[in-house]
Amino acid sequence: MADKATIVFHSGDMDKLYSALIIANGALSMGMEASLYLTFWGLERLKKNGLYKGRLSKMNMLGIGKMMINRRIRKNNVASLQRLLSDYKELGGKIIACEMTMDLMGIKSQDLKRDVIDEYGAVGTYIREARESKINLFI
Amino acid sequence: MAEIKVDVVGQACPVPLVETRKALKKAAAGDIIVISGTDPASRKEIPMAADALSVKVLGDEQAGGVWTIRLRK
Repeated sequence: MADKATIVFHSGDMDKLYSALIIANGALSMGMEASLYLTFWGLERLKKNGLYKGRLSKMNMLGIGKMMINRRIRKNNVASLQRLLSDYKELGGKIIACEMTMDLMGIKSQDLKRDVIDEYGAVGTYIREARESKINLFI
Repeated sequence: MAEIKVDVVGQACPVPLVETRKALKKAAAGDIIVISGTDPASRKEIPMAADALSVKVLGDEQAGGVWTIRLRK
């Protein structure tokens, strides 16, 4: 079995979603398996039209900071979140949505992009993934 | 044996690595993958990925601002 990277995406922040997806794609590109476990605010990014709605974790300044970063992202030819997500899926990355936080936050399965979700689970599912992973991150 | 070209000129991390991996997945054993790009970090990291995937690096050249890496699956 290939080495695995498991990433808990909790914050929902736009810049941290970049980090999570870039690391996950890097792991897949270098021959590892990858699991992205979405919980709390991270789940919001998986809502329909939610991918880009995260704030910047620092210097958001009511969205001005985010606008400036987005401009630099385009200028520097950094991939879009949509592209990183579709690359992640194309390379076989797995997405797990946390059922407990879905209930807690009133998120229904039909609110989410169901086509990218491989599995719904709780902490047991996360531990199953994490215990066999060489890289474990909480973002 | 086919030669597969991957053009990632102007693309930043992680796209060159990801596109290399996609091409390697599609390639058959023995196929040659030729990647051209401009991102300096990716030039160092594509051979690292090749190493991790047990893929042979046949060459790594720079001409002007563009590097070209050749891999054999």
